[in-house]
Amino acid sequence: MEMTEHETRTTAPDSGLRIKTEVKGRDAASAPGSTPDIVCEAVNLAYGENHVLHDITMDMDDRRVTALIGPSGCGKSTLLRCLNRMNDLIDNVRVWGEIRVKGLDINALSTDVIEVRRRVGMVFQKSNPFPKSIYENVIYGLRIAGINDKSTLDEACERSLRGAALWDEVKDRLDESGLGLSGGQMQRLCIARAIAVEPEVLLMDEPCSALDPIATLKIEELIYQLKENYTIVIVTHNLQQAARVSDKTAFFWLGRLVEFGPTAEIFTAPKDKLTEDYITGRFG
Amino acid sequence: MDLKKALTRGDHLVWLTGSALGMCLVMILGMLLVILTNGLGIFWPAALEQVKLRDGSLLAGELTQRQVIPDPDQPTHPEKHRLQFKVGNRDLYGADFRWVDEDQIVERTRPPELYLVERSEYGPLIGTPVRVLDGDKEMASGSGAAAMLDELVARAARDRRTIKAIEKDEIGGVNYTLERIRLDRRKLDYRQKRDPARDFAAERQALDQRETLQKAAYAEAEQKLVKQMESVGSSRVVWKTVDGQEKELRALDIYRAYPANHLGWGGRASVYASRFWAFLSEEPREANTEGGIFPAIFGTVMMVFLMSLAVVPLGVLAALYLREYARQGPLVRTVRIAVNNLAGVPSIVFGVFGLGFFVYFVGGAIDRVFYPEALPTPTYGTGGILWAALTLALLTVPVVIVASEEALAAVPRSMREASLAMGATKFQTILRVVLPAAAPGILTGLILAMARAAGEVAPLMMTGVVKLAPELPMDGFFPFFHLDRKFMHLGFHIYDVGFQSPNVEAAKPMVYTTTVFLLIIVVLLNLTAITVRNHLREKYKTSAF
Repeated sequence: MEMTEHETRTTAPDSGLRIKTEVKGRDAASAPGSTPDIVCEAVNLAYGENHVLHDITMDMDDRRVTALIGPSGCGKSTLLRCLNRMNDLIDNVRVWGEIRVKGLDINALSTDVIEVRRRVGMVFQKSNPFPKSIYENVIYGLRIAGINDKSTLDEACERSLRGAALWDEVKDRLDESGLGLSGGQMQRLCIARAIAVEPEVLLMDEPCSALDPIATLKIEELIYQLKENYTIVIVTHNLQQAARVSDKTAFFWLGRLVEFGPTAEIFTAPKDKLTEDYITGRFG
Repeated sequence: MDLKKALTRGDHLVWLTGSALGMCLVMILGMLLVILTNGLGIFWPAALEQVKLRDGSLLAGELTQRQVIPDPDQPTHPEKHRLQFKVGNRDLYGADFRWVDEDQIVERTRPPELYLVERSEYGPLIGTPVRVLDGDKEMASGSGAAAMLDELVARAARDRRTIKAIEKDEIGGVNYTLERIRLDRRKLDYRQKRDPARDFAAERQALDQRETLQKAAYAEAEQKLVKQMESVGSSRVVWKTVDGQEKELRALDIYRAYPANHLGWGGRASVYASRFWAFLSEEPREANTEGGIFPAIFGTVMMVFLMSLAVVPLGVLAALYLREYARQGPLVRTVRIAVNNLAGVPSIVFGVFGLGFFVYFVGGAIDRVFYPEALPTPTYGTGGILWAALTLALLTVPVVIVASEEALAAVPRSMREASLAMGATKFQTILRVVLPAAAPGILTGLILAMARAAGEVAPLMMTGVVKLAPELPMDGFFPFFHLDRKFMHLGFHIYDVGFQSPNVEAAKPMVYTTTVFLLIIVVLLNLTAITVRNHLREKYKTSAF
C-alpha cells in the first residue's frame, strides 16, 4: 500500500463547518481551530515485535473535532490511547516519535503521566461508570486530586452534569447508583466525569458504538456543545457520524495515516483511492 | 436397540450422576438428623418410671435404652431383653445408670409424686420431697413441701446470683487488683536492681497504701459473703428416694426440680425451654457433664472474630501484591502454587508451629521484655486466645489469598482504565475502585476461612484451649480484652465431654447437644458474613453489559 503524505497542515478554518452550521446553526468561530492543540510527529508504536503505528504525523486543532476512521485493527484506537498514555498500561509497548499537547511533550521522561491524563480526558467505547453514586462518579477526578470541599464539589458536579446535558435527568437522584442509568445516560455520565476535571482535550473511543440511535444523537449534539471548550478527538466506525460531528477526518489503514483533511473534502473528494473505497463502502 | 440408543444418549450417566448426588444428600441429611434428634432431645423431660423387681426392691429413673441380652448359648437369646435406667442419686447408689433384666420386673408405674432434681453435685436426684426445713424449724411436709418447691428453687436461683456477684465482681475485683499490686511491687524490685541509686520509697508506700485499702475491701466483701451464705444456707429440703433413703439438700444447691410424670404438655415445654436456655447461658458444672456451654460459645465466637481481624488484612494485602503489583511470571506462579498448597497442610502442623513460634518464641520474648516481674509464671509465653487466633489465621490465610486474588482479577479492566484515565494513580485506583468492587469476593474468602476456623480443634489444643476456663477472655476489668487468657471452645468441648469426662455415659447427650450448637454458631457466623457480602454486592454491583 502507498502511504500518502498528510497533505493538510492547514491552519485555516475548515469546510467541515458547513455541516456544523447546518445542524446547529452556530457561527464559524475565528479563534478556535486557529492553532494546533495536539501535534503528532512521526509517532510509532510497537507491541513487542509487532509494529502497529507507522510514522503518524498529524495535528489536532484547538477546539475542533478530529475524527479518526478506518477498518478494525488499523491503529486508530491505539493512536488515541497514545494521546493520554493509556498504552503505558500494556506490557511491552514501545512508543517513539513526539506527541505534544499544548506544547507539552507527553512522552518526555520529565512529564508526569498523571498530569497528562488530567489534561487529556477520555471517554471509552463501553460506558464504564464506577459502582458508586452519580454524584461520586462525577466528582471522582476531583476527589483523587484531593479536593474535599463540599461546595466546590457540588458546584463541579452540577457544572459537569449540565455540560454533559445530563443534569435535568438526574438532578433529583444524585445519590443513586450510576449503574442504574440507561446506556446513553451512562455514557453522558462518563463524559461528565471526564470534563469535571476541566481537561484541555477530550478523547472519545467509539463513544456511541453501544448506544441506540436516539442516545447516539444526544451524544453527537453534546459533542457540538463540548467543542466550544474542548479539543475533541473521536474514533468512530460510523462514517455518517464522522461526517456529522467532525471538522477534520483522518483515515487510517494498516497502521498508517492514509489521508487527513477537512471532513467535507475527505467525504466528497478523497484524494486517495483507498479512502474512497472505504467511505463508499467497498471494503471495511 | 433401545438400550443402545439410551446408552448413546447417556441415560445411564444421568442415573449415575443423579444417584451420586442423591447419596451425598442422604448422608448429609442423615448426619443432621442424627445430631439434631440426639442433641435437641435431651432437654425434653422424660417420664420417671418406678420399677418393682422380683426381689421386692424398687428403683426409679428415666428409661434410656433396651437391649437384647447377649447370651448366644441360651435358646431364648433373641427374646430376652434388658433395660437401662438413669436412676441418678450417685451419692447414694454410686452410679448413675442401672441395667435391669426385663424378666426380673414385676411392675412398671409412673407415680406423679416423683421429682427429678438438678443440683450442684452428684448428678440428678430422683425422689419425693418430704420436708422443708429452715434451720431447726420444719416449714412444711408432704404435699406442702412439694407446693413450696417452685418458690424455693426460684429463690435459690436469685441467691446464687447474688453470691456469684459478690464472689466474682467484688472479691474477684479485689483479687485482681491485689495481684496487680503484687506484680507492681515486683516490678519495683526489678527497677531497683537496675538502678540501685534511686529511691523508690514513695512508690512503695503508695502501693502499700493501696494494698491496705484493697485488703480492707476484701475483708468487707468476705463478711458480706459469709452473711449472705448464712441467711440463705439454712433453708433445706429433705428428699426420699423410692428405696426409702432420705437425702437432705440445701435449697441453694437445687437448680431445678420438676415432677416429670405430673407435668402436662405446657409444663414439659416450659421445662424444655428453661433447660435449653440454661444450657446456652450457664457455665458448665461437675467437670462439664452438667450445666451449660456459655464459655465455650463465647470463646469460639471471640476466637473466630480475632482470627478474622488478623486474616483479612494479611490475606488481602498479600493478594493485592500478587495480583496488582508483582510481575506475573514463573516466580509469582510458584508462590501462588505454594500458597494453594499451604491450605492442604494438616492442621496439627500449624498447631505445632503455633506452639513453637507464637507461644514459646514470640510469647516468651514478650514476657521477658514486658512482663519480667511475673516470671517464671508466663503471661504470653503460654497458650492463649491470641496465639490460637493467630495460628488459625495462618491456617486460613491461603483461602483468603486465593479468594481475594480471584475477586481482584474479576474487577473489569474497563473500570480500572476509567480511573487511570482520570489521572488517578495505581494506588488510588486500587483503593477507590478495585478494592470496593472486589469486597464481596474477599468476603467470600473470609466466609470460607471462618467456616474452617470455627471447626478446627487440633491446633487449638496446642495453642490455648482448655477444658475449663475460670474466666472469659473478655470482662469488666481493665484492659477488658485479656488476649493472654486461655479459653474454651465448642469443638474441644465436644471431645472433652465425650471422651475425657469422668462420667462419659451421663455426658453422652451433651456431646450431641454441643455439636448442635457448634453447627448453629458456624451457620450464624456464616450467615452474618453472607448478609454483609450480599449488601456489598448490591452496592457495588458491576455494570450489566
